[in-house]
Amino acid sequence: MSTTDDFYAQPGEETEGTVYTAMGGDWAEIAAEQAERSDEILVINMGPQHPSTHGVLRLILECDGETVLSIRPGIGFLHTGIEKNMEYRTWTQGSTFVTRMDYVAPIFNEVAYCLGVERLLGIENDIPERAQVLRVLMMELNRISSHLVCIGTGGMEIGALTVMTIGFREREMILDFFEAVTGLRMNHAYIRPGGVATDLPETGIAQLRELIAWLHKHLPEYAEFCNENPIFKMRMIGIGHQDLAACMALGVSGPVLRSTGYDWDLRKQQPYCGYETYDFESIAWKPTDGWAPSDSYARFRIRLDEMWESLKIVEQCADRLESSRGKPVMVADPKIAWPAQLAVGPDGQGNSHEHIKHIMGESMEALIHHFKIVTEGFRVPAGQAYVPIESPKGEIACHVVSDGGTRPFRVHMRDPGFNHLQSVPIQCEGGMISDVVVAVGSLDPVMGGVDR
Amino acid sequence: MSDDKAPDAKLPGEQKTVDTHVEGADSAPGAGLEREDAQPDEALDAVALVPVGAHVIETRTGMWSAGSGDTSGYGRIVHTVEIPNEGLPSEGWYAGVVGRLLKLVPDALVRVVFDRGELTFFVAREKLTEVMGQLRDDAQLRFEFLPSVSGVNYPSDAGAELHVAYHLQSMTHNRRLRVETTCPDDDPHVPSVTPLYPAADWHERETFDMFGIVFDGHPHLTRILMPDDWVGFPQRKDYPLGGIPVEYKGTTVPPPDQRRSYR
Repeated sequence: MSTTDDFYAQPGEETEGTVYTAMGGDWAEIAAEQAERSDEILVINMGPQHPSTHGVLRLILECDGETVLSIRPGIGFLHTGIEKNMEYRTWTQGSTFVTRMDYVAPIFNEVAYCLGVERLLGIENDIPERAQVLRVLMMELNRISSHLVCIGTGGMEIGALTVMTIGFREREMILDFFEAVTGLRMNHAYIRPGGVATDLPETGIAQLRELIAWLHKHLPEYAEFCNENPIFKMRMIGIGHQDLAACMALGVSGPVLRSTGYDWDLRKQQPYCGYETYDFESIAWKPTDGWAPSDSYARFRIRLDEMWESLKIVEQCADRLESSRGKPVMVADPKIAWPAQLAVGPDGQGNSHEHIKHIMGESMEALIHHFKIVTEGFRVPAGQAYVPIESPKGEIACHVVSDGGTRPFRVHMRDPGFNHLQSVPIQCEGGMISDVVVAVGSLDPVMGGVDR
Repeated sequence: MSDDKAPDAKLPGEQKTVDTHVEGADSAPGAGLEREDAQPDEALDAVALVPVGAHVIETRTGMWSAGSGDTSGYGRIVHTVEIPNEGLPSEGWYAGVVGRLLKLVPDALVRVVFDRGELTFFVAREKLTEVMGQLRDDAQLRFEFLPSVSGVNYPSDAGAELHVAYHLQSMTHNRRLRVETTCPDDDPHVPSVTPLYPAADWHERETFDMFGIVFDGHPHLTRILMPDDWVGFPQRKDYPLGGIPVEYKGTTVPPPDQRRSYR
């Protein structure tokens, strides 16, 4: 700890008040020294490199003792200009970009983007049934893995380390399945405008059944560990309170909105990808036993229940995939569809020997078509579209604008975390500094999506 | 042409009281919410008010991106970029919402675009706060949720180079709507809707950060994603991508936006 010099200040720059530089493990010294000046307000810079900020979120807190007087989130540390970059790549390549935004729930970025592009193309009703089922399957598995990260890291931040280790164990099983299907654990670029990149591998259904059995066996553990755990409940109940009016005003959706008791799930309210044909419930918190709703605990329980509902959908997808084996997974129009039906090889790369034989040995026209569709891409009629879907965090949507060219004119991703972080002050001000961590964790922001 | 039609045509059926059945309101699912006020009591000949026809954004030639030599022989192709408009459908809730809004704010709309099932209101920036206020507060409109604000730069849309799109959601009636307003490059000012929708706070900061659109009345309009001392507005079309040429085996690979590419 040093109290005299602020070594982050510019030479000659004046600092206001005493500057403490925490070097780790010296918090008690700082607190003791500050206690002597108890009338002063302590300004704490939490993050951007803080383990409980879910990436690189900076929180500027004004504290009186341990009470938070004001809190301001600072974002932008992970801004990578994805939206700008997309304007220089084809529509298909856009899928590769958006998947890197919210990297914990990449499938949802891809679906939000592709539904927008498909609306512009006017092919919303031409997407093959099997492609829609594969999309729903991947989304629901991704919902489970995203909730596991939220619950796991949220647990770790309040000291429940086992919740994190088992959370990542289950997530790893889901990512293994993703790898078998798409070739990658994350950043899949699996959902493409017009359908999906590849069909399931030969062993796909068997692997999926194994995964479902695994989740059935292990998902109950979270409820057993946490639901009635007194420490867990003391840390979570009543923390991060935000009522319905505040959610509406601040554009907050997803589990945070549903924790107020308002049952708003876009899968039910504005169905897409055939969600209306699946049997599942949307989960909203119903206050019982005097537990205050709209708090971190309610959000945790909602996520827990949603994982079970997602598993229900995944099982229905598995049945449908079994009965639709061999059906197309990409739109029929060859002017839009990716030319090859790729399969994931042992190297994890997509390839199709049949297709290579065809274009290299049999048909020059097929080679020309392949070259044109891959390098030039397809044209999307001018206009704009905004198709919202329910991601694990809330409403995610892509405002896609086309000028009729082969590249997006403008793409803007509406990430739920961007709005949720706006509500950090309303949830944390007046509370304790240790509750900030719980509240931020219950909002489940992923900075890759927030900053894009 | 289509721009001034909507406000001039003075609500032909405003005096009539027709009990118009709004289909969207019934089909909208909801958790025990009141649905009675979803039925507009105004007469709705709003369909007739809405000009049909595309709005031309740009005319361009050739098939390559600007600035590159064209040896393909396609240089004389003339291509018109136009935003299509199907005109308001007579079914659904759309006409009811247009009629109700025009009753509350008579000259609210510059243009109404209905395209691919999405309704867009083009609103003059002077009218923006009034229109958004009515859209939020009126019981028959009640677009209480603002999920997203995004900017778009159309460099060739003269006098309206910068657009701001507000995506609205009515959870009460389960409807979606987009409000779009424009401002010219040399006067990039739009009133802030943050006092109406606090959710717009960061979204407007991002739009300012990326497009340089100044939202008048915003409580704290600073950069949010880019560093505070950044110069320029990256999402504008005249702002280059990258800009650092890469040297490879003696020749230089230009940054992506300077390479010849298909349009």
